[in-house]
Amino acid sequence: MLHIDNPILEFKDVSVSYTPGKNAVNQVSASIERNKITAIMGPSGCGKSTLLRAVNRMHELYPDIRITGEILIDNQNILTMNPMEVRRIAGMVFQRPNPFPTMSIYENVIAGYSLNGIRLSKKEKDELVETNLKNVGLWDEVKDALLKKGTFLSGGQQQRLCIARALALKPEVLLMDEPTSALDPIATNRIEELLLELKKDYTIVIVTHNMGQAARISDYSMFMYLGQLVEYDETQVMFTNPADSRTEEYLSGQFG
Amino acid sequence: MIPDKSRSSSVSFRIFKDRFFYVCVCLMASLTAIPLIWIIWEVLKKGYRQINLSFFTEVAPTTLEAIKAKNAGDLIPGGIANGITGTLIMVVIASLIAIPIGILGGVYLSEHRNNRFSSLIRSLTDLLQGTPSIVVGIIVYFWVVKPLSSYSAVAGSVALAIMMLPLIIRSTEETLKMLPGTLKEAGLALGASYTSVVLRVLIPSAFGGLFTGILLAVSRVTGETAPLMLTALGASAVNWDITRPTSSVSLLIWQFYNDPNLVDMIWSSSLFLLVLILILNIIAKSVANKWRIQ
Ligand SMILES: Nc1ncnc2c1ncn2[C@@H]1O[C@H](COP(=O)(O)OP(=O)(O)OP(=O)(O)O)[C@@H](O)[C@H]1O
Ligand SMILES: [Mg+2]
Repeated sequence: MLHIDNPILEFKDVSVSYTPGKNAVNQVSASIERNKITAIMGPSGCGKSTLLRAVNRMHELYPDIRITGEILIDNQNILTMNPMEVRRIAGMVFQRPNPFPTMSIYENVIAGYSLNGIRLSKKEKDELVETNLKNVGLWDEVKDALLKKGTFLSGGQQQRLCIARALALKPEVLLMDEPTSALDPIATNRIEELLLELKKDYTIVIVTHNMGQAARISDYSMFMYLGQLVEYDETQVMFTNPADSRTEEYLSGQFG
Repeated sequence: MIPDKSRSSSVSFRIFKDRFFYVCVCLMASLTAIPLIWIIWEVLKKGYRQINLSFFTEVAPTTLEAIKAKNAGDLIPGGIANGITGTLIMVVIASLIAIPIGILGGVYLSEHRNNRFSSLIRSLTDLLQGTPSIVVGIIVYFWVVKPLSSYSAVAGSVALAIMMLPLIIRSTEETLKMLPGTLKEAGLALGASYTSVVLRVLIPSAFGGLFTGILLAVSRVTGETAPLMLTALGASAVNWDITRPTSSVSLLIWQFYNDPNLVDMIWSSSLFLLVLILILNIIAKSVANKWRIQ
């Protein structure tokens, strides 16, 4: 499979199970390149979200979930780090927009700081809010309504707000789980453009059901099936010349 | 032909049954409303005359004062200031005890839905909720009154707090359970600590429900009498010292009931309690509506 020098993120034989004896993710090994977009594709239930959530240690919230293998960020095993530190380095954007309902747009953007008890001056806050909302192309739309609740925005705007919230903490990796599946094509388009912009500064791993999206924005693609990583290659190569027959079937729309 | 006929007759019979049932439901509903309306009417009619400024500023009259006034053909003098202040003090202290414990307990139950300890706590909470208030009073008598060797507002507050606890725990649990799980994940995914997610994300998001639960618990214990008899005892003067016996509006009502010369005061005091509880309930309802979780 694909070899990557100096990866930012590495999976080594990672397996995750929700119920004993049944792996939702099975022996996945892969390396993720810096400042690129890597797409994870595969039919529903193949373990994409499960793999992504292993990276920022979300599975630890649920006592029944078992993980084996190693995940390295910058060559450091995430299990040797504090989970809060891991989550600061690897930000996550969820499938459904989830701004904090009691916070204003402004407070939502800097929520990562306030929740972590990091004190900022008014000026620092203003700057963070402005740059990050500009980053996600939301500034012009909301600059006069910063004190309104984040939940008043449209779904697409909320999702961009959530991306701004994740970016405000300056993570190294941005994990995105189908960030556009709840959005209309126009909002989806804007977020795709945004991701292409963002990859200058961030590494993005994005789960997507949408093959067109993977083809449009990703540099590398993974294809998962029944918990296994079937194929991992440059997106160009995978879409034009898939090595595995299951990948080919999936890409030609025969299942999933 | 015959099956047709039987079918149509059974339909009309079913429609009849339906109507009959509906009429019964309406009838029963109005039957329950009658005593409620009657109580309110009675209390209003008999109580309103007594309500004036001195009702709120003066302490309860003595038998002698009442007899004198009656002979002179006046209204019974005095008010229920000692009861109002006592109720206020005890409900506030009880809330200060019950709210933090209740909310944290509710957080625990909503976070640990299936473990043994939380089902134990849940059953104990249900048990506590069903415990007769007089029993709570007796327990607090042995826990607080005896060791301090005095009836006191503190003891009364502890008894009220124990009665508030299950209500607050369960309403907190139910409200937090209605929050989407993604909210907690969103907070943690930003690298926030669990404590800060609970305190700054979950509890504020559930504020409406928590507040409603607290107000309902307060309104529930505001009129409690039995546990206070064994703990706060009562006092004839306004008392701000929480280590000494203290009165409450409900204790005063009991006192008035036991003194034939003061019976007239029962109605005005009851009216006061009813209105207070009504207001608490109205606030609780409107807060619940305003802050309903989207
Ligand atoms: N909370 C859970 N408890 C038990 N099993 C789960 C849980 N979440 C997922 N699974 C199982 O793990 C497998 C992988 O699920 P996962 O959510 O990772 O799939 P996915 O590839 O993200 O699918 P989708 O595209 O539908 O989001 C599925 O078979 C699913 O049934
Ligand atoms: Mg998924």
